[in-house]
Amino acid sequence: MSNNVGPILEFEKPVVDLEKQIEELKRFSQEKGIDMQEQIAALEQKAENLRMEIYSNLTVMQRIQIVRHPKRPTCLDYIGMIFDNFIELHGDRLYRDDPAMVGGIAYLNGIPVTVVGQQKGRDTKENIYRNFGMPHPEGYRKALRLMKQADKFGRPVICLVDVVGAYPGVEAEERGQGEAIARGIMEMANLRVPVIVAVTGEGGSGGALATGIGNRVLIMENAYYSVISPEGCAAILWRDGSKVQEAAEALKIGAKDLLKMGIVDEIVPEPIGGAHKNPALASKNLKEALVSNLTPLLKLSPSQLLEDRYQRFRNYGQFIEN
Amino acid sequence: MLKDLFKTKPKYITVKSEQDFQPREEAIEKKEIPDGLWVKCNRCSQITYNKDLERNLKVCPKCGYHFRISSKERLALLTDEGSFQEIDKNLKTVNILDFPDYDNRIKKAVKSTDLTEAVVTGEAMMNGIPVVLAVMDFGFMGASMGSVVGEKITRAAEYAIRKKLPFIAVTASGGARMQEGIMSLMQMAKTSQVLNRLAEAGCVYISVLTDPTTGGVFASFAALGDIIIAEPNALIGFAGARVIQQTIRQTLPPGFQTAEFLLEHGFVDMIVPRKDLKSTLTQLIKFHLNGGGVDVQ
Repeated sequence: MSNNVGPILEFEKPVVDLEKQIEELKRFSQEKGIDMQEQIAALEQKAENLRMEIYSNLTVMQRIQIVRHPKRPTCLDYIGMIFDNFIELHGDRLYRDDPAMVGGIAYLNGIPVTVVGQQKGRDTKENIYRNFGMPHPEGYRKALRLMKQADKFGRPVICLVDVVGAYPGVEAEERGQGEAIARGIMEMANLRVPVIVAVTGEGGSGGALATGIGNRVLIMENAYYSVISPEGCAAILWRDGSKVQEAAEALKIGAKDLLKMGIVDEIVPEPIGGAHKNPALASKNLKEALVSNLTPLLKLSPSQLLEDRYQRFRNYGQFIEN
Repeated sequence: MLKDLFKTKPKYITVKSEQDFQPREEAIEKKEIPDGLWVKCNRCSQITYNKDLERNLKVCPKCGYHFRISSKERLALLTDEGSFQEIDKNLKTVNILDFPDYDNRIKKAVKSTDLTEAVVTGEAMMNGIPVVLAVMDFGFMGASMGSVVGEKITRAAEYAIRKKLPFIAVTASGGARMQEGIMSLMQMAKTSQVLNRLAEAGCVYISVLTDPTTGGVFASFAALGDIIIAEPNALIGFAGARVIQQTIRQTLPPGFQTAEFLLEHGFVDMIVPRKDLKSTLTQLIKFHLNGGGVDVQ
């Protein structure tokens, strides 16, 4: 387990406390030259059991805490660990370069691809620069520009989604946040190349969907994808911020529910405790999922890819017809 | 007669002001004044006799403020009398997530509006020209978009493709419907992508944004018209004013997220007063009959 995992989440405290005890005991036994193997092994077993107990019964809100963890790998972290020869490309050619959205060209297992994604900061200073990963319209227009470029050269598109929501601000509205999202959705549906979307953290509503129209949609184990944040839902529907947990459950935003509803095709397993505990392993899992989902799509013609993606989104919705 | 149709519905909707707008279904319940004889304008406070307001298409005679109107009133305004043929009337909502209180809310909305869902779709004549219309009704749960709304709009566009007709969407919505969770979000994808097929078929798509058009509806098919019309003083935007205010912690500029604001920033083609809407739409559609292009020999 990595030592530099950042702040400890409330529900993890029992495990972390136990781990500390074990460390102390180890140090003690070494310093004093007393053999405490048995006690240490017992405690380690206990810690393992506790870990299993805590992490296999996570609530939606606990998972959200995990995906909002400051040390969770960001888009550029994943790009660095998964892709080769990444060359970042900037700007929407209309207004400016939005640091909250990154993108470029790279190789995925030797296949040239275009990769785009929302980019959160790794610390406060970077988060201010990245606007906490909340793109303005120009971010979505940059992403779309790069995807259309990929279409032109026949490169598959990989979208890594991690966004709490498209930025709600005066300038974002002035520059057409709604239009940028709508156009992103519509034009992604027209891409003649394979598109794979992976929700790596937060799948925040329209801000996620704007880069979310894929032939395949994957989600990481602790990630969520929702029409509204649980906080927003609780505030609007019940006018009660304390009902966040209830809202989160009612919205069915976790990976397993999304798989059941057919919104995602595959859940990418995370290291125990979340991707930040072992970013290398999380990246390895994500890479395997990306490659295994991309491979069959490479055999489809542009019109088959269009139709495949169209039907996926055409069929969403449940109702009674009589 | 057009006037008579407006008279048949004594209920109407009033809004205190744009700034006060709450982009969810709660807004409607609060702001409806049933059976009032006199109506106070939300903008200029002019008090108008209800019947006079209806005769004036629910536009304040003093300041031109456009009140919200129902889908029934909108259809009467835009279509030739007796020409509207509704399609997909039999699609009904199911509580797919077992969301608390959702069944109840739907039941209430059906009862109070006499509609099955928040959008009415169909074919009609507009000054003698056949068109396909999708008209949203803010009175039905804030015209939020769930599975049925998304499906009906998509099917209306598909109907237009089959019949090679112009497609007109008159929008009013608080956004995606929370109670259907992620499935509502996916309706944004469904309704946006069908517009590619409409374009391929050479059908013109005109969206008419009315008060209020926000959230996931604005950020999907509403913002994608070949031609986009807005009604005067309509609230139009992506994020709710309250959310923006909480984020930036500053007061919002006057006129923020109004039709006029969108025109100024280049996101709508024109603002058309209600009395001119039918004739303007007719003129625009005439440009696009039979593909609308010039045959080059």
